[in-house]
Amino acid sequence: MNDLLRTFAFAPVSSPPSARAPATDPVYLDHAASTPMLAEAVAAMTEQLVRTGNPSSLHASGRAARRVVEESRERIAAAIGARPAEVVFTSGGTESDNLAVKGLFWARRDEDPRRTRILSTAVEHHAVLDPLHWLAEHEGAGVELLPVDSLARLDVEALRAAVERDGSSVALVSVMWANNEVGTIQPMADVVEVAHAHGIPVHTDAVQAVGQVPVDFAASGLDLMTLTAHKVGGPYGVGALVVRRELALAPLQHGGGQERDVRSGTLDAPAIAGFATAVELAVKRQAEHFDRICALRNDLVERVLAQVPDAAMNGDPLCAVDHRLPGNAHLTFPGCEGDSLLMLLDARGIACSTGSACSAGVPQPSHVLLAMGRDEEQARSSLRFSLGHTTTTADVDALVEAIGPVVERARAAGVVGGAGSAARKAAG
Amino acid sequence: MLAAMSGGVDSAVAAARAAEFGHEVTGIHLALSRNPQSYRTGARGCCTIEDANDARRAADVIGIPFYVWDMSDRFHEDVVEDFLEEYAAGRTPNPCLRCNEKIKFTAVLDRALALGFDAVATGHYAQLVTGGDGLIEMHRAVDMGKDQSYVLGVLTQQQLAHSVFPLGDSAKTEVRAEADRRGLSVAQKPDSHDICFISDGDTGGWLREKLGAGEGDIVDHASGEVLGSHEGSFGFTIGQRRGLRVGRPAADGAPRYVLDIEPVSGTVTVGPREALSVDGLTGIRPRWCGTVPVGPLHGTVQLRAHGGEHRAVVRVSTGSTTGGLTTGGGEAVQIELRDPAQGIAPGQAAVFYDGTRVVGSCTISATRRVPVPV
Repeated sequence: MNDLLRTFAFAPVSSPPSARAPATDPVYLDHAASTPMLAEAVAAMTEQLVRTGNPSSLHASGRAARRVVEESRERIAAAIGARPAEVVFTSGGTESDNLAVKGLFWARRDEDPRRTRILSTAVEHHAVLDPLHWLAEHEGAGVELLPVDSLARLDVEALRAAVERDGSSVALVSVMWANNEVGTIQPMADVVEVAHAHGIPVHTDAVQAVGQVPVDFAASGLDLMTLTAHKVGGPYGVGALVVRRELALAPLQHGGGQERDVRSGTLDAPAIAGFATAVELAVKRQAEHFDRICALRNDLVERVLAQVPDAAMNGDPLCAVDHRLPGNAHLTFPGCEGDSLLMLLDARGIACSTGSACSAGVPQPSHVLLAMGRDEEQARSSLRFSLGHTTTTADVDALVEAIGPVVERARAAGVVGGAGSAARKAAG
Repeated sequence: MLAAMSGGVDSAVAAARAAEFGHEVTGIHLALSRNPQSYRTGARGCCTIEDANDARRAADVIGIPFYVWDMSDRFHEDVVEDFLEEYAAGRTPNPCLRCNEKIKFTAVLDRALALGFDAVATGHYAQLVTGGDGLIEMHRAVDMGKDQSYVLGVLTQQQLAHSVFPLGDSAKTEVRAEADRRGLSVAQKPDSHDICFISDGDTGGWLREKLGAGEGDIVDHASGEVLGSHEGSFGFTIGQRRGLRVGRPAADGAPRYVLDIEPVSGTVTVGPREALSVDGLTGIRPRWCGTVPVGPLHGTVQLRAHGGEHRAVVRVSTGSTTGGLTTGGGEAVQIELRDPAQGIAPGQAAVFYDGTRVVGSCTISATRRVPVPV
């Protein structure tokens, strides 16, 4: 293995980028992807994991498990301003979004075949966008993705115009409560008002909003709302679709009919118990959390911009419950590939996200940033830092210390190779 | 050190060896296709999402960080489009050399160095040793059956100085056994061959789809007589004997071979086997692994991947060299083959060897046939 014996005396810049095994704890700034489980939720879940009983069984063990599920349902409903019967447990956000969009489209079209239009936004999560595309392709749905402004906020007048063009042909409106990439809060009250004026039900994906900003299902007037446990400090693989009682949905998953005959599958009592504890605590702590995390986030943005003066923040600059999620800091670093930044930060023990949809293949530039009017290069030069309940000033300090050299190095590597470089080359 | 991991057994073991040796290794998988297929089909060992996952699992087992680098646009421009242009111009390019030259050891290496890595390790079978003059020499692999120095013949000294080939001293069977021992699930994954971006392996069909059919005549090389027609010149390669479907046999009954393909008219010229032999080659775009040779080089030449060696004299014909280390010393290279070669097409790469050491390479631009006795 003589080749491996070679030394690289001509190391180009300073030290190698991967100072492996960082001396300190990892700096986790990716809470929007998944936030650490709350100790109370872990305890609630593990307490149930050692018990036996299918919540659908009729004997004592089954009844005990059923009781856990129903108490959890009541606790979640109480925390988010819904009635217990409106909470349909699912496997998480993606399933809830699919059930909402497809289930409501089919049910509403069955009632009236003219209802083939779906109105949504260009900045939805793929768990909504992809079912919409699928319905357009396979079920003849007329999907209209309404534009957003440069802060990613829905143009309500565009929604109003689309509804008023022919309200009776609209099966549903789906608008996310808070954007997962740039943290923008959508004007949900306006959306509901515009849609309800024509009797159109509204779905929202609120996975990023619960526990971050006040969310009250009944007060919002919404008809369907997606929740997931692992974004609020609960376990993975469990979530809920909150469905207004009188609303009918076509089921996607057939079987035992466990959840209102809309969703079949044995209920995961331990995960549901952890989910309920997490939602309850996240909602209870929301106001305090908002203030603390907003302050940390503002500090982070200010200090990162001081280190990298030509960086730019994306999304709504105002940290307020109807403007922006408290923990979201989304920044563009001109001349840097987001992938390079992520790798260099990762090597320093700092976790963040490029926010791009990528499943082992070729990462695509963010559809959210493109919809906000950014170009492909800006979209590829961006990073999302998301703060959460475990974030401390020390985490912000670590990022501020690392970001300058990391950006410098990523800039030296430039933007190469990826889709879009041809366009850049042509333009340049 | 960056380890390029295709998802195959070789690059996985190369990364593992580099990490075990004590280098701080980061694994990367290159996403080269804009629309990768989900699962492997046929014999290709890269470029699907399944291969990316194989590479990721290998990195997990080795215990190194892993990322996917999107090189799809660079690959498309520099390799796929070049491949098409070359074929459209009637040449037969080797996309693997091109990929090594433009992607793995330029785009990836440049980015790696800029990001602070010292070197890129790959699973190629070739050996690097530091010569007496301090320059890095590239030699053939110990396992001659797997030797890949041919497809690396385009690398310059600067590139070699930042390259590491941990498998050069090993036999493929050892590498598979080692992968198994290390718990790498790719240990028994089949070797890849064929062109990675042509998913079904049908190069002729792929070229027809991209470039059009290219119908034309099949013409006898001596008489100029039209012997038949064909539905697409891209199905032919120089030296090919089968599938000509020429109705009439040759006067002497000897089989006919493709001698030449004229891309614009689509004319395919055929003739006897003797007419395939070439003993002189002109090359362009020479690249030298070390210093530019002064005076004629007496050594051997390899003309295709896993092809045999031909004794040859190589002369750099025009001297615009700046001396010392340079990527392209001289504009053209004349190669005199002491052992004639058959079925050589412009566009192929000629790689020069001095014993086991790779001296340099060029792209064949013209061939001179051995005079056929009339």
